[in-house]
Amino acid sequence: MFYREAGDFKTSYVEDSQTFPIRLDRRGYYAIIFIAFAVIPFLINDYWANAVFVPFLIYSIAAIGLNILTGYAGQVSLGTGGFMAVGAFACYKLMTAFPEINIIFHILISGGITAAVGMAFGLPSLRIKGFYLAVATLAAQFFLVWLFNKVPWFYNYSASGQISAPERTVFGIAVTGPHTAAWAKYMISLVFVFVLAWVARNLTRGTVGRKWMAIRDMDIAAEIIGVNPLPAKLSAFAVSSFFVGIAGALFFAVYLGAAEVGEAFGPQKSFLVLFMIIIGGLGSIFGSFAGAAFMVLLPVLLKNVLVGGLGWPTDLAAQFEIMLVGALIIIFLIAEPHGIAQLWRITKEKLRLWPFPH
Amino acid sequence: MKTKMKLAALALSAVMAAGPALAELVFPSLSYRTGPYAAGGAPFADGYADYFTLLNERDGGIGGVKTKVIECETGYNTEKGVECYEATKGEGSLVYQPLSTGITYQLIPKASADGIPLHTMGYGRTSAADGTVFKWAFNYPANYWQGASVAINHILDINGGDIKGKKIALLYHNSAYGKEPIRTLEELSKKHGFELTLIPVDHPGQEQKSQWLQIRREKPDYVLMWGWGVMNQVAIQEAANIRFPMDHFIGIWWSGSENDVLPAGAAADGYKALNFHNVGSDYPIFADIKKYVVDAGKAAGSGDNVGTVLYNRGLYAAMLAAEAARKAQELSGKKDITPADMRDGMEALEITEARMVELGMPNFGPAFKVTCANHGGPGKAAVQQWDANAKKWKLVSDFYEPDMEVIQPLIKADAEAYAKENGITPRECK
Repeated sequence: MFYREAGDFKTSYVEDSQTFPIRLDRRGYYAIIFIAFAVIPFLINDYWANAVFVPFLIYSIAAIGLNILTGYAGQVSLGTGGFMAVGAFACYKLMTAFPEINIIFHILISGGITAAVGMAFGLPSLRIKGFYLAVATLAAQFFLVWLFNKVPWFYNYSASGQISAPERTVFGIAVTGPHTAAWAKYMISLVFVFVLAWVARNLTRGTVGRKWMAIRDMDIAAEIIGVNPLPAKLSAFAVSSFFVGIAGALFFAVYLGAAEVGEAFGPQKSFLVLFMIIIGGLGSIFGSFAGAAFMVLLPVLLKNVLVGGLGWPTDLAAQFEIMLVGALIIIFLIAEPHGIAQLWRITKEKLRLWPFPH
Repeated sequence: MKTKMKLAALALSAVMAAGPALAELVFPSLSYRTGPYAAGGAPFADGYADYFTLLNERDGGIGGVKTKVIECETGYNTEKGVECYEATKGEGSLVYQPLSTGITYQLIPKASADGIPLHTMGYGRTSAADGTVFKWAFNYPANYWQGASVAINHILDINGGDIKGKKIALLYHNSAYGKEPIRTLEELSKKHGFELTLIPVDHPGQEQKSQWLQIRREKPDYVLMWGWGVMNQVAIQEAANIRFPMDHFIGIWWSGSENDVLPAGAAADGYKALNFHNVGSDYPIFADIKKYVVDAGKAAGSGDNVGTVLYNRGLYAAMLAAEAARKAQELSGKKDITPADMRDGMEALEITEARMVELGMPNFGPAFKVTCANHGGPGKAAVQQWDANAKKWKLVSDFYEPDMEVIQPLIKADAEAYAKENGITPRECK
């Protein structure tokens, strides 16, 4: 009734294979893009940018990156935090070594460096699978954090090992450093998210993505029908690490402004991003966004309701929040093991037929 | 009818309570009562909050203006710290004390841009002591480099001034916090000819078997510790396990609370730690806290931390903030000060012994003076020792002067590097 495709005719293949084939979906998508680009920047303040939108957008990039590797190509990774650290430290070294080059290029090159590192750590995936690969990537996580802590060159020999982002501009507008306006922070994150999500969506429904999914579903069968596992797996690691590296660079330069490798990019970050894609939905771009929203925004919302709204003591609220988020994760996974994306798919199916399901 | 009246009255009082009319001095407290460092965060937050409650209840606030403490839970996590900062900065916050080196590094540029002072008492970025570069950040009365120097001075003192060839190990939390003293200790080892071994412990520090095996093998004469939270308890327990002489084991001021030594029981007897204020609850102010805060049921948290080392530190931090606010009121001539006034007050702060007596805290901390160029204070610290039988800390030394001859050039170099990286021109100080 509300959500139907009757009368929505397609007259060409291009129309038929578009990302949002249903008109209502498409309109919703355009509306969200319009609001994100043309409405929010004018309303946003420091709190909404720093506590809500910027972390949500940056974690979405990381979740899409991990989803490409784990959700589409089936290679479980627990090294996301370490790869984010590579992006962050690459970005810091580039920012301080070449201050005259635009920050956008630095962020992109950081992604490239992370892709190279990711491919190196992805090589074992040709021999080991499943849980064993997860352990190998966990080793990458610990090794990378140790490396950035141990070698002072990475943090420019500062006394404490902290890296802090100096001010850099895009078209004369500061996007990193303390004088960044809320909207500028938001916009640079949004532009990266928009472009990367678009790339990810189109990669995953093309040849490359189909190869990844073939490998995920059954690697021997994939090999028999002509998918070479070496380029398929390594390309998944490269693209995934590129995304994660950009997320790490933005996380450090735009969002936090200063970072300490053990605290900001420890193993808990790897697990956080993994939870995002499991809760959001493996193998789904929408799921990456939904998972990031769930894990980033829910604690902030709960805190504001419990402490700001109900006046609870802060420690009680923090403990309760941990319990509630944990309980919600379990409830969600029992109700729908395939995540929020699947929940949304089912809702759409139901809405198509509603109110006459037979 | 009656319930309606009641409801109306309730609504009215709610409106009155929420109304903006009354001016308040807002002191945000970015506390952590959860997570691996909660054992240290909770008593500090209690002390900080209780002092302002005391001022409100006993004196009606500072200079007749009520104070308000807004707590925000960070869990020692920088991301939550950012959220807390953004959530509270719009409320007229006068000064931030995040009690976390990681969050401090985040906030130094942010707070400077927003024009809100930052006070990192005995933690944070050491070079913030250089007021010409760090206009908005303060770390009086002592910082880590001074702490490192005081620890070495204490060892010199015990050994009659000669520690050539001695082995000293630094057991540190492998983070910005723990790495802070390394550079100073390296300089001091050159100067005094001792051998320095660095032993990092990763967050959160629950597992230290390999580190203590290394200590057992290398047999250092002294072990210095830069630890926090659960790391301290584990280290002291491990030291007891390998029978390391406790009076040769010296912690920084964040490794010297009751929580750190109690789990090891009698084995922790004799463990030493630095401190930049006095210990115990034998001061007139504690009678007032009991009367106006604890007995009135207004104590923060569970109320059982009064008189512990970290509670006293929270109290001391709050006292310094309140004194700076008083100074700011005096300088600006208005009761309802702004963060900028507060900064001026902090820069002109002078704590004298007479003032400490007036506040009911005689001998609680050293007298000192903050100036435009020196935001770090004198850096005097004493050594406290744990008596496991009496379950009490006791100061066993005078307040040592740090070796500023070594530290000042380091502070200057680090501040200059920061200024260069961030394009800051150091301001002139008269």
